Amino acid sequence: MFEELAMPLFDQLFNFAHWMAQNREEAEDLVQETYAKALRGFSSFQPGTNFRAWMYRILRNTFLTSRTGLQATRTVPFEDEDGAEIAVADSGTPEAILIERSNQQLVQDAIAELPVKAREILLLCEVEEMSYQEIAETLSIPIGTVMSRLSRSRKALREILAQKLKKS
Amino acid sequence: MGCDQWGTKLDTYLDGELSGDEMRAFDAHVRDCPACAADALARVQMKRMVQNAGKRFVPSAEFRRKMLTKTSRRPRFAAWAWAAVALLLLVGLSLAYVGQQRSRRTHLFSELADLHVATMASANPIDVASSDRHTVKPWFQGKIPFSFNLPELQNSEFTLIGGRVAYLNQTPGAQLIYQIRQHRISVFVFQDRALPDGLASDSRVRQQLSFNQKTFDEGGLRFFLVGDSSADDISRLAELLEKAQQP
Repeated sequence: MFEELAMPLFDQLFNFAHWMAQNREEAEDLVQETYAKALRGFSSFQPGTNFRAWMYRILRNTFLTSRTGLQATRTVPFEDEDGAEIAVADSGTPEAILIERSNQQLVQDAIAELPVKAREILLLCEVEEMSYQEIAETLSIPIGTVMSRLSRSRKALREILAQKLKKS
Repeated sequence: MGCDQWGTKLDTYLDGELSGDEMRAFDAHVRDCPACAADALARVQMKRMVQNAGKRFVPSAEFRRKMLTKTSRRPRFAAWAWAAVALLLLVGLSLAYVGQQRSRRTHLFSELADLHVATMASANPIDVASSDRHTVKPWFQGKIPFSFNLPELQNSEFTLIGGRVAYLNQTPGAQLIYQIRQHRISVFVFQDRALPDGLASDSRVRQQLSFNQKTFDEGGLRFFLVGDSSADDISRLAELLEKAQQP
C-alpha cells in the first residue's frame, strides 16, 4: 500500500529535495529520511486526505530542520506580508520574452538564488502544479498567504532575471 | 473593473484559481484589452520557463534501486517467518510420516489378528502337529525361504502345538501355535525385509481387538506374537523365542 502510493512520487520528491538542498548527496539523504519517516508514520496517515501534500510536508520539515535548511532560512530571510494586499504586478515583463530565447541555465540559476521560501512555493506551483489548497496544506499556511507569497516570489524571480540579463 | 484591478488577479487567473464567474469575466477582458493580453502572455511564458527549468534533477539508478528495496518490504517475509514455515512443514511431514507408519503397523497387526482367529476357528488349525520342536522345525524346510530356531520348553509353562505356513504381504512365513494353560498364542515369523518399515521402534505389548500382540526382530527375522493370554505370558514367550535365535 505505502509503496504503491509513495514510489510514483519518488522522482518529483528527489527533484524538489535537490532544489532545496542544492546538493545531490543531501537530496538523497533527505528523500531517504522522508520515506523512512513516512513509512513509520503511515498508520497515522488518513486515507482520503492528500498523500502528495503529506509527503512534501514531511520532506520540507525534514529539510528545514537539517543543517542546510536551518542555514538557508537564517541567512536569507523572506518575510510574508500576511493579510497585506497582493502587490500589484509590474505590467509588461519584456525580460521574460527575452529569456525564453536564452538558455535554460539562466532561469535555473535564478531559481537557485531565490530565498528558500520563494523557491519552494514557485516549484510547488509551477513544477508540481499543485493547487493553492495543496500548497497551503504542504506548507501549513493559509491560502491568502499562498497567494501573497507566490506573488512576491514571482516578482523576486523576475528581478533576479533582469539583473542577470543586464550583466550578460 | 479597470486594468489595475485585473492586474492584481492576473497570476491567480493564470493559475486557474479564480471562481468560474471571474474566470469568464477575465477571459472576456483579456480578449478586449491588448495590454492585459500581452502581460498574460509574458506571465504564461514565465510560468513555462520555470516549469521547464524546475524539472532539473533526476535520481540516480543506484539510488532508485536502493529506495525500491527499502520501501518494498511489505511482501517480503522476514527470515524468522521463513524459518517458522520450514519448521511447521517439517513437523507436518514428520507427523504425516509417523501417522502413515502407525497406520501401516495397525493394518499389519489387524491382519495378523485375523490370521490368528482364522487359525483358531479352523477345523485343521495346524499342518504339522507336534509338541516336539525337532518335528516342527524340519517340516518348514522347503516351504519357507528362511530358517529359525525354536526354544526348549521343558521348564516352561508353554507347549508347542504345531505349525503351518502363513502368508503376509504375499510373502510366506511360519505360524507356530503355542499353548499356555487354556490360551493359544500364534507366533508368526517372516523375513524382516518383506515387511514395512517402522516396526522396530515398538517393543511394547499392544492390545488390539482384545488380543495382546508383541513384535521383535532378531537376525533379519520379524516375530509377531498374537494371543488372548496375558501381556505377561506374551512377553515371556517372546523372550524365550528371542533367546533361541541368538547364537
